[in-house]
Amino acid sequence: MEERLRRTMMFVPGNNAGMVKDAGIYGADSIMFDLEDSVSMSEKDAARMLVYEALQTQDYGDSELVVRVNGIDTPYFKNDVYAMVKAGIEVVRLPKVESAQMMLDLVKVVEEAEKKFDRKPGSTHVMAAIESAKGVLNAPEIAASTDRMIGLALSAEDYTTDMKTHRYPDGAELEFARNMILHAARAAGIAAFDTVFTNMNDIEGFQRETEHIHELGFDGKSLVNPRQIDWVNKVYEPTKKEIENALDVEAAIEEAHQKGSGVISMNGQMVDRPVVLRAQRVIRLAKASNLINEEGEYIEK
Amino acid sequence: MDIKKTALAGTLESSDIQITLSKGDNGVNIDLDSSVEELYGDQIRKVITDTLAAYGIKNANVKAVDKGALDCVVKARTMAAAQRALETTDQPDWEVF
Repeated sequence: MEERLRRTMMFVPGNNAGMVKDAGIYGADSIMFDLEDSVSMSEKDAARMLVYEALQTQDYGDSELVVRVNGIDTPYFKNDVYAMVKAGIEVVRLPKVESAQMMLDLVKVVEEAEKKFDRKPGSTHVMAAIESAKGVLNAPEIAASTDRMIGLALSAEDYTTDMKTHRYPDGAELEFARNMILHAARAAGIAAFDTVFTNMNDIEGFQRETEHIHELGFDGKSLVNPRQIDWVNKVYEPTKKEIENALDVEAAIEEAHQKGSGVISMNGQMVDRPVVLRAQRVIRLAKASNLINEEGEYIEK
Repeated sequence: MDIKKTALAGTLESSDIQITLSKGDNGVNIDLDSSVEELYGDQIRKVITDTLAAYGIKNANVKAVDKGALDCVVKARTMAAAQRALETTDQPDWEVF
């Protein structure tokens, strides 16, 4: 599956016409339309229709489009999945996932819908939100449950409640879950998304948490407010030194190709595959941060 | 299809439109309240009428309070109101989607 940047996944309440309409203007890597917790029971039908119709007509740029459907045990689940597959959504996010079987159950309904609405079989991807101790412990099997998987997300509110704790500023209560989810995702070759940070007044806390999950290796973070997009992107921005090194690696790869050589060398040393992969990721990030120009040179901001 | 009960969908928030559907016996009558009535009134009425027609609703009184909704929002809110009025919310009409 194509690797893409997923630094920011912005939550958009599915029944809010203004927010659904404007979701594309903030430059989030992923937009997650929510049909679940942000929508009251009496508005589930209306939110599903609003998101469906918006997906038909609105331009969301290059953002990856994700929908959080209602849980598999709710009466809304099947209609949510049908509508979103018909709309051609890229990713269906299932909440409260505790086993691989739940993902397989989702995939079964996705397959039915793809057939019913003439969508290309396998074109709808899925991801799991992990929100409980059971989900965290089963993360490896959930991550590897189906070829359609693109990622795992930690959802800390439910998780910390399940663990009989709550959120703390230092994040110690989430360490195990974060590492487990991250390892499960990496082992399966899919993305890992950190949880939301809801206190908009604690900018320092947000910064600290984002730096921490960046250091751990998360692809990005779920967000509740568009203001947080720039803050996350800033943390994920590569340094000048990282970019220059990555450009050197890229030049070395190019040189090796031209020589027809399978071995890439830089400054007289062989360049290993991990170095190449890291350089490619740095360049992807640098391009997304507008730090490389069209000629592939570093530009000072 | 006949309307079974009066039903409402949408909100009075910016960019939304609130649609109330009730029984009627003389075609589709739309009472539209919109600050952009002059420019977009006809278009809003057309989206509402077309959407109701797709559900086979030929007679209805419609009260629409528009707060600057795009066509896709007008359609979505009319769909929700129609399915609620027909008491078919649990069985979405996929042909209309």
